[in-house]
Amino acid sequence: MIFLTNLISGLSLGSVYAIIALGYTMVYGISKMLNFAHGDVIMIGGYMSFIMTMYMGLNGWLALLVAMVICTILGITIERLAYRPLRGTGSLAVLITAIGVSYFLQNIALLIWGANPKMFTSLFNGMKPIHAMGGQLTITPESIFTILANIVIMILLTLFVSKTKAGKAMRAVSEDNGAAQLMGINVNQSISLTFAIGSGLAAVAGVLMLSAYPVLMPTTGAMPGIKAFTAAVFGGIGSIPGAMIGGLILGIIEIFSRAYISTELSDAIVFACLIIVLLVKPTGLLGKKISEKV
Amino acid sequence: MADKKDKREELIDIDISDSGHAYENRQEIYYNDNVGGRAVFVDSKEQYDPDEPYNDQVYIPEKDRDKAPILEVKGLGIDFGGLTAVDNFNLTLGRTEIGGLIGPNGAGKTTIFNMLTKVYEPTRGEIFFDGKSTKGMNTVDINKAGMARTFQNIRLFDKLTVEENIKVALHHTTNYGLIDGMLHTPKYRHEEFRIRKEAMKYLKIFGMTKTADYRAGSLPYGAQRRLEIMRALATKPKLLLLDEPAAGMNPSETSELMETIKEIRDRFQIGIFLIEHDMSLVMGICEGIVVLNYGRTIAKGSAKDIQSNPKVIEAYLGKSRGKMDEEEKAEDLEEALSKGKLESAPSGKPDRKEGE
Amino acid sequence: MAERILKNIRIGGLKNAVKGNDYRKEATISYGILIGGYILLQILTAAGLIGHNLQGQFVPICVYISLAVSLNLVVGISGELSLGHAGFMAVGAFSGILMSRILLQSMSFEPAILIISMLFGALMASIAGFIIGIPILGLRGDYLAIVTLAFGEIIRNFMNVLYFGFVDGKLRFAFNHTIEGIEDTDRIITGAIGATGTKTMASFTWGLLLCLFTVFIVLNLKNSKQGRAIMSIRDNRIAGESIGLDVRKYKLMAFVVSAALAGMAGCLFGLNYSTLVPIKFNFNTSVLVLVFVVLGGVGNMWGGIIAATLLTILPETFRQFADYRMLTYAIVLILVMIGTYNPAIKSRVNALFSKIKPKKKKDDGKVKKKKSGKEGA
Repeated sequence: MIFLTNLISGLSLGSVYAIIALGYTMVYGISKMLNFAHGDVIMIGGYMSFIMTMYMGLNGWLALLVAMVICTILGITIERLAYRPLRGTGSLAVLITAIGVSYFLQNIALLIWGANPKMFTSLFNGMKPIHAMGGQLTITPESIFTILANIVIMILLTLFVSKTKAGKAMRAVSEDNGAAQLMGINVNQSISLTFAIGSGLAAVAGVLMLSAYPVLMPTTGAMPGIKAFTAAVFGGIGSIPGAMIGGLILGIIEIFSRAYISTELSDAIVFACLIIVLLVKPTGLLGKKISEKV
Repeated sequence: MADKKDKREELIDIDISDSGHAYENRQEIYYNDNVGGRAVFVDSKEQYDPDEPYNDQVYIPEKDRDKAPILEVKGLGIDFGGLTAVDNFNLTLGRTEIGGLIGPNGAGKTTIFNMLTKVYEPTRGEIFFDGKSTKGMNTVDINKAGMARTFQNIRLFDKLTVEENIKVALHHTTNYGLIDGMLHTPKYRHEEFRIRKEAMKYLKIFGMTKTADYRAGSLPYGAQRRLEIMRALATKPKLLLLDEPAAGMNPSETSELMETIKEIRDRFQIGIFLIEHDMSLVMGICEGIVVLNYGRTIAKGSAKDIQSNPKVIEAYLGKSRGKMDEEEKAEDLEEALSKGKLESAPSGKPDRKEGE
Repeated sequence: MAERILKNIRIGGLKNAVKGNDYRKEATISYGILIGGYILLQILTAAGLIGHNLQGQFVPICVYISLAVSLNLVVGISGELSLGHAGFMAVGAFSGILMSRILLQSMSFEPAILIISMLFGALMASIAGFIIGIPILGLRGDYLAIVTLAFGEIIRNFMNVLYFGFVDGKLRFAFNHTIEGIEDTDRIITGAIGATGTKTMASFTWGLLLCLFTVFIVLNLKNSKQGRAIMSIRDNRIAGESIGLDVRKYKLMAFVVSAALAGMAGCLFGLNYSTLVPIKFNFNTSVLVLVFVVLGGVGNMWGGIIAATLLTILPETFRQFADYRMLTYAIVLILVMIGTYNPAIKSRVNALFSKIKPKKKKDDGKVKKKKSGKEGA
């Protein structure tokens, strides 16, 4: 029974990672940059939702919507102001800038909301956990909704990318920026859209994560950000299903190693798994093989 | 400062008349050169194994017939995901032969170079380099065994200077370890001075001493091509592969290059195998020529054999192109072969650069 | 045969050619900055112009300088992005602290203890670098970066569950649980609490020596057979293989030497504080060092030295604006990156510079003249 409980919380945590990883993977796919500020967008999303419910008295779901809108705008703004001027200058410059943006967001949050942790009210406050198997198995509403949200997002996103014009344009830009431009695709617009979607999803992930782990601080986003990034690489960065699989596997590994091996070493085990996967498949589980032409 | 300048002058003034010695008596130098795992030179004057005499099918220049071939390729082929890029490629290259590989774009010429140097592992066939099978070797081993190449799209170490580019190629004969390198011990100084002199020798031979301190990536195009050849030569190869050495050169530069290639062969007494689109170059210096189309060998032989081969004419000009009759086509080809460049075949696939 | 192969050689104009790296100049500038900076800071301190807080930063500055220089070996010279440099620093720090405590049992001559500890730290870090390097160097680009990040985190995680201490004068070790029956003063490393009771031995002068040593090693390496091989592989891996360079061997070499130097710096850092927590060596520290390297100019040693110094001193000087300090840091970082790397701004700045600097060189004129003469003939 403990096994099942762990599995469900692993899936739930993995779903959060998967949703965050989507942001990383899509941005990497389209602009080949490691957006280290993505984790902090999660944190901003969390604070926005927190403020809306606590001070504005909004309903949790409405607050989530507002947070999504704000994060979307934030994502587009960051891309426009910080990343676009550096497009095509090599990954190192953009990486450092992304780190700068990450510091910026963390310190803005620190200035506005202070270093003291805030207790986040769960989005599913008031819903009762489900008891099964004669009360031995407890499934929290947070788990259920997170897993469901992950599935829904994944389906919608896959449909969006494969069926809509904007989605196809995004794929074209990821494939070959220059060629896409020649075919009349507005590359800037596609990249903005990617950042918008990724950041909007970050807000969702933030609220879902904080519902389950309610401690909200300026540095809340950092570690989940790194782990989700790991998940994205694990699944093959640039691949949407890869992000989902990577996220879920990572979440399960983390919860299980916490439960059965060691709390302190759980992160080490997660990262060790990433390394093992990359040794076997150097571009992640579903990543495309890169070969250099001679 | 003045001291430094003097040294440089001294280096530039090296008498290169003796520089041939290293290569003309190659046997000796290769025995001495057995450093860092380099292959010991097999006697180049060794008679070809009488059990397998060169038969009439094999084209090889008269002067090399008494020596074992430097390169022998049998039934070489490679598939890329079901698509056969090269199939049943055969070649025998004499010790000091200048061989040419021609064919329309996309015919698989560079792919063959990549298989010879093990950038790609062949799917089928065997390669014997200097009498030994290259099975199981990687690119690094191939170079250590004595095969060096240049690339179609120049691949220099752009941020290093010209001199450093050559020094890197002298790597295997530079005899000091990591500790010497980190602490700049006397051993380091001694070896560095020696390889510096050697590098300057190459620069002097190619008339590029002036460029020694400049970044390779910032040199003019022609100098870059030349440096790439020098770098390959500095690894002391027995066979030099040149991938479109004349690409992007004007006719006078091309004729200079022809001279260079011939001189390299004569001075260093090595085999040269080159890919080229410039027919004047190929017909001018290549002793044996292989024509490739769609990954298959369609003709082999001397320049004369090739020029009159109907299959070659077809490969380059297409079977039935518009209303042009046979005669016109033949004229066209003759003209093209004698002067101009044949860059693409009408029947070939669209031009896809095999570069990055 | 005596004349060169090409009689009518035309190299073409060297007008646009750029001179290569001048190793002697780079070394002179680097050592000059280090020694000059040391003297300047000593004078200012003697004059009482430097506050206590800032004086406390002297050793960390030196440590960060050598970290930046050693990371530059990987990022600038080898051309690989490493996000786990703090991990090697941690290995060096904790193994160095351990060694110093062991040596203190039987020795009292501090400089010897310090040097042995630093060498031990370097050794352990290089072993860590080797173990990490072997499997990952087959990876490329961003994948290698993420794996170094992962390794950095793994190392830090392991530090969280390591326990070292003396029980009855004997060294004891425990993994994932505390050592039983240990006196508080006999603890050396206590899991997440980190190292305690360390005898501080580091000083500014030792820091300077560390920096000089690091720069010496890295610059020497750069101008050696090995360094050239490493840079060649960075510039063009395929060409490097084609002339017989063993790519993995040289990448590993850069990685291990860099790790060893980072371990040495980490050890000095560890011996600068009586207590040291493992969390100090997290991802942010790796990033901090990377920022020094990038702001100083990738591959530019003295640039990294200046960046490390300024970026450690400045936030410290503006401590009174504590709240806005890091925010400003972030904004400045972003602006500097855009300012230095944005193509439009870059070309404008370059144009400005070329107006100021007279550009004509003697060499160009000569070559040009020769060329035109040849063409006439």
